[in-house]
Amino acid sequence: MESRRDFLKTAATGALVLGSQRKLGLAATLDQHAQTGKSKVVMARDASLHGTGAQPDEKRVLDLLDRAIAAYTGHDNPVEAWKHILRADKVIGLKVNGLGGKGVSTHLSLILAICERLQQAGIKPGNIVIWDRNARDLVSCGLTISTDPSRIRCYGNDVAGYEEQPVTWGATSVKLARILSRECDMVIGLPILKDHSMSGVTFAMKNMYGVVERPQELHPGGCNPGVADLNCIPAVRDKVRFTIGDAMTSVYDGGPGFHPERLWQPNALIVGEDRVAVDHTAWQMLERKRAEMGLPTFEAAGRPPRYIATAADAAHRLGTNDPQRIHLMEV
Amino acid sequence: MKYCLNWKWAVAALVMVAAVAGTGCKKKGADPFPASGAVADWQKSSETRVFAAKDLWQYIDGDAEQYISAGVVSTSTSDYKYKGELEATADVYTMGDATGARKILESGQSSDAKAVQLGDAGVAYAQSVIFRKGSHLVRIVAYESGPDAQQALLALAHGVEAKL
Repeated sequence: MESRRDFLKTAATGALVLGSQRKLGLAATLDQHAQTGKSKVVMARDASLHGTGAQPDEKRVLDLLDRAIAAYTGHDNPVEAWKHILRADKVIGLKVNGLGGKGVSTHLSLILAICERLQQAGIKPGNIVIWDRNARDLVSCGLTISTDPSRIRCYGNDVAGYEEQPVTWGATSVKLARILSRECDMVIGLPILKDHSMSGVTFAMKNMYGVVERPQELHPGGCNPGVADLNCIPAVRDKVRFTIGDAMTSVYDGGPGFHPERLWQPNALIVGEDRVAVDHTAWQMLERKRAEMGLPTFEAAGRPPRYIATAADAAHRLGTNDPQRIHLMEV
Repeated sequence: MKYCLNWKWAVAALVMVAAVAGTGCKKKGADPFPASGAVADWQKSSETRVFAAKDLWQYIDGDAEQYISAGVVSTSTSDYKYKGELEATADVYTMGDATGARKILESGQSSDAKAVQLGDAGVAYAQSVIFRKGSHLVRIVAYESGPDAQQALLALAHGVEAKL
């Protein structure tokens, strides 16, 4: 049973979260479980997503997205659901991940589906910025570079540049991408689920390595505490409020590059506000696949994703990695 | 004074000859990719990009570490298209010595790898071919599978091997 002290602590945290969300562009807290101390994560699947082709079916991707957002927000109408996520006057960044090359980058069909719903929810095209490290990564996602302010914008840090002054959190000091620090009010992370040769798993939090100038400096120690520290930097912590994780295609071993011999189609989206809970859920998904394929656990392989626990610890408090405090909805 | 100038010119000429010769050697090593049409039905669809070891993270991020620990010196990469449809990327990792190339090839194999006659050793999968030759480790991947993808990749791999 929850004590009065726990209740007050939870309620106070909820009020703080609500306050910052309104200021930053998130229309309201979406996760009704947040104030009960649980983080909601939605895993939406469609076994027929890919059909017989290498690419997922665009119509089914849109349907899958709608199902995930409806389950998360509790609103069946997808446009209404998005209106509860966003405020129309804000600039929304979509941080994709194209580092793995054409075979294992955030799917274009997902990016386009989100852009369609954002516009239907009242976001002006010019207030949507799709971005990643550079043009090469964006092209890998199937995108075309555009800086035209009257259209959906799409360009990398190679165009917009980085802040001159580094920001520091814990042991981590980085120069942030200006797209994050200056242009976006709110960012939706669109990572793609992959094995990672150093950190074990790369998904929601690790995707933020694409918002700093020299991400390679955050790799030591299996990216721990680099990933957690980076996500604690105020611009990252406060602006990156929501993850729509692409687990439609994944690499379960040999990542983060494209290894077609270890490619896998989980046909899923993993959605949530709690980036730690999202990463924990994705990690468990990869562990199950590796076990099925006869591969060792990440721990046995010498690359456990320790940054997930670090992100949840008392110093970072980015979310929860406790399965008892994660409300996982599979739809 | 006259002799001094002649001597300087001679040294400068020798330096230039050496530089040209050196560039020639490097050029062969720096662009090991067959031109469009050199391998039947394959078109080279991008410029060759070269990454020094210190910049490899820009290309493959976290994957860079395993190549750096194996002694990579530089990496060259180029995109290709087969019959205008099947897209592929060829990477040539030039290591400090053959040991590094062997280490990478042997560490990354899964049980469905099929041994192939390429360079000093090689393996093929449905959508990729990996082989080593001397200090080079070559990896060619296709972004879609298809009935003739593996044979096409092997043909391209032989084309790269011939240029190493």
